[in-house]
Amino acid sequence: MSVRNITPVKEFEDILPKEYKDLVNKGPFNNKKSVDDLGTFKEIIEEHPHCAGCGVSLGIRLALASLPSPEDSLVVGTPGCSFFALSQSAVNYSNTAFGNQNAVATGLKRMLQIRYPDKHKDVIVMVGDGGIADIGLDLTLHSWFRKEKITTIMLDNEVYGNTGGQESGMSMKGRVLNMAPTGKKFDKIPVFDMAEVSGCVYGARVTVANPKKVGQVVRNAILIAREIGPTYVQIFTPCPTNMKFPPDQTIKIAKEAQKDQYSYKEFMTDEVAEYLKNI
Amino acid sequence: MTKEQCVSNPEYIFFDSPREKVFITGSEAVAEAVKRANVDMAIAYPITPQSESMHLIGDLYAQGYLKDYYRAENEFAVMAAIHGASLGGGRVFTATSGPGTLRAMEMFPVWAGSRQPIVCAFMCRGVSLPPSIQPENIEMAMLLDTGMIMFHAENAQDYFDMILKAYIIAEQPEVHLPIGIFADGFFVTHTRDLVMLPPEDLKLPEYDSTSAPVPTFDMETPPMRITRDPLLNKSNFISYAANASWHQEILAAAQRAKKHINHYLGGMIEISNPDAKILIAASGTAVSQSREAIKSLKEEGIDVGLVKVKSIRPFPTKEIISATENAELIVIPEFNAGGWLCREIKSCIDNNSRVLEGPRVFGGMTMPKELIMSEIKNAIKQKGLKV
Repeated sequence: MSVRNITPVKEFEDILPKEYKDLVNKGPFNNKKSVDDLGTFKEIIEEHPHCAGCGVSLGIRLALASLPSPEDSLVVGTPGCSFFALSQSAVNYSNTAFGNQNAVATGLKRMLQIRYPDKHKDVIVMVGDGGIADIGLDLTLHSWFRKEKITTIMLDNEVYGNTGGQESGMSMKGRVLNMAPTGKKFDKIPVFDMAEVSGCVYGARVTVANPKKVGQVVRNAILIAREIGPTYVQIFTPCPTNMKFPPDQTIKIAKEAQKDQYSYKEFMTDEVAEYLKNI
Repeated sequence: MTKEQCVSNPEYIFFDSPREKVFITGSEAVAEAVKRANVDMAIAYPITPQSESMHLIGDLYAQGYLKDYYRAENEFAVMAAIHGASLGGGRVFTATSGPGTLRAMEMFPVWAGSRQPIVCAFMCRGVSLPPSIQPENIEMAMLLDTGMIMFHAENAQDYFDMILKAYIIAEQPEVHLPIGIFADGFFVTHTRDLVMLPPEDLKLPEYDSTSAPVPTFDMETPPMRITRDPLLNKSNFISYAANASWHQEILAAAQRAKKHINHYLGGMIEISNPDAKILIAASGTAVSQSREAIKSLKEEGIDVGLVKVKSIRPFPTKEIISATENAELIVIPEFNAGGWLCREIKSCIDNNSRVLEGPRVFGGMTMPKELIMSEIKNAIKQKGLKV
């Protein structure tokens, strides 16, 4: 979409909310922004109803501030915590049924390639750990096997947050949660490793405690998906509400995880390495 | 590579163009419809029981009639990807049957709720358990309240016409709902029939996604901050009211489709011999079997009329009330155990004691005309009808 498309004509200017005009004039559509610029521009994400200290909302904020072309980015999700913020963002966002996001994104990406053959339309899947690792695992993996040119971002809070703190496949082994009354019996599902063997050409594992890194890998993942193939970013987004820690401890928890299950990891094919040298 | 075809006025293709008589299967008729429908993208899954329709559409893709096509991982994924493609603003097609329909179930209300004019063919088969790959249309009962428009084809000609016309009906700005076109699997899909086809070098005009009552999902439609699928699940009255009105609008859109169905399909029902005291009301291949029964009963001096129900959603309530007004016996033969058409009809007419529930066949059983005839003769005796 060109900025001309969203710029109101003079006659309408006075009836549009300030918030909208700010998006046009001070948003990321005209002048490209990044995580470094947060606090200085009108963001794609509007106020949201997430809990205090929510890691997911921070993950979304960082990811949306890192879109290389927000004016041509479309986000596909699935029901869960993530949709509360995403449905109030200034990019097209769709969430339909449970766990179908990578299939919806596949159809969407292919149709946009048919309709806009000369443009990059970035289709980005942004969902929680349950949506990818559990209910949507098969559709996610198949989109990678098929080499669909989409970016998949997991907002991993290691729990089903929106439904009330149940065990997910990404929960830590031993953690006592709803539906895991005696503790989770198996390890985190190795989705990150599965991404590499399933056809993703680039993957990164980060936490919200490292905003710059999140911004950098999300941007890379989207650019690579345009040109080369499927990409995957897994962001640790701790949940104070269900993990029962004070909301001002989110970053601390994420930092601790960087020494454990969320050490920084990245993989890329040779083709991607070559591509990254040139951007 | 794009196949050379001329975009033509739908009215011309449907009603005025010369037609050529061919002897083809119902699956081939499906592909012939898609060939002329200017479809952008189709997605397939080899569900058991499969018809060859989606292979033939794959061939159409290879020949350049479609711009994209692939084999997906399961029926839920197919219907989700078809949804994504439709969101992106193009014209799509897929087909499924029986267990595939049930596997994909979660997506059908999504299509309607999202107002996507998706056209999907259903080759109805039995659903497990016990497993059956035989014709049976119980899956239609499960789709009645998904918000989808539903047509039931009697034969390959119906299947061809209904699929091609469905695009034009579904894409009306005041309709914009998905349409399922149902045929009784195997009987229609796997057997050959005479079908009249318009020229293959004609195709429908391409889909214009700006005709939709909802914005296209392509980041080309301002204003900027607009969610395509509103979150109406908050616990407050405004949310409930918005959600309810959205649903009402889907039902209203189906009602508004009626005039287009009447125009393009020549009516939601078809009546022959409307003055007969005994009427058979049927849809799908039960109509063909009823026609045979009616011929033989006529030879025995029993006069029976026929109401063929073509549109199942929206349901032709008024039309059926009026068609059955003077009937003393209404017979409803069906290819399923549940008797959904019978329930639908009984829910809209008065004096339900006139209704003979059945005959019904399922699990792979066929419906010989003699079965319908003997049911009617028994009912005549029991009710003491004068014929």
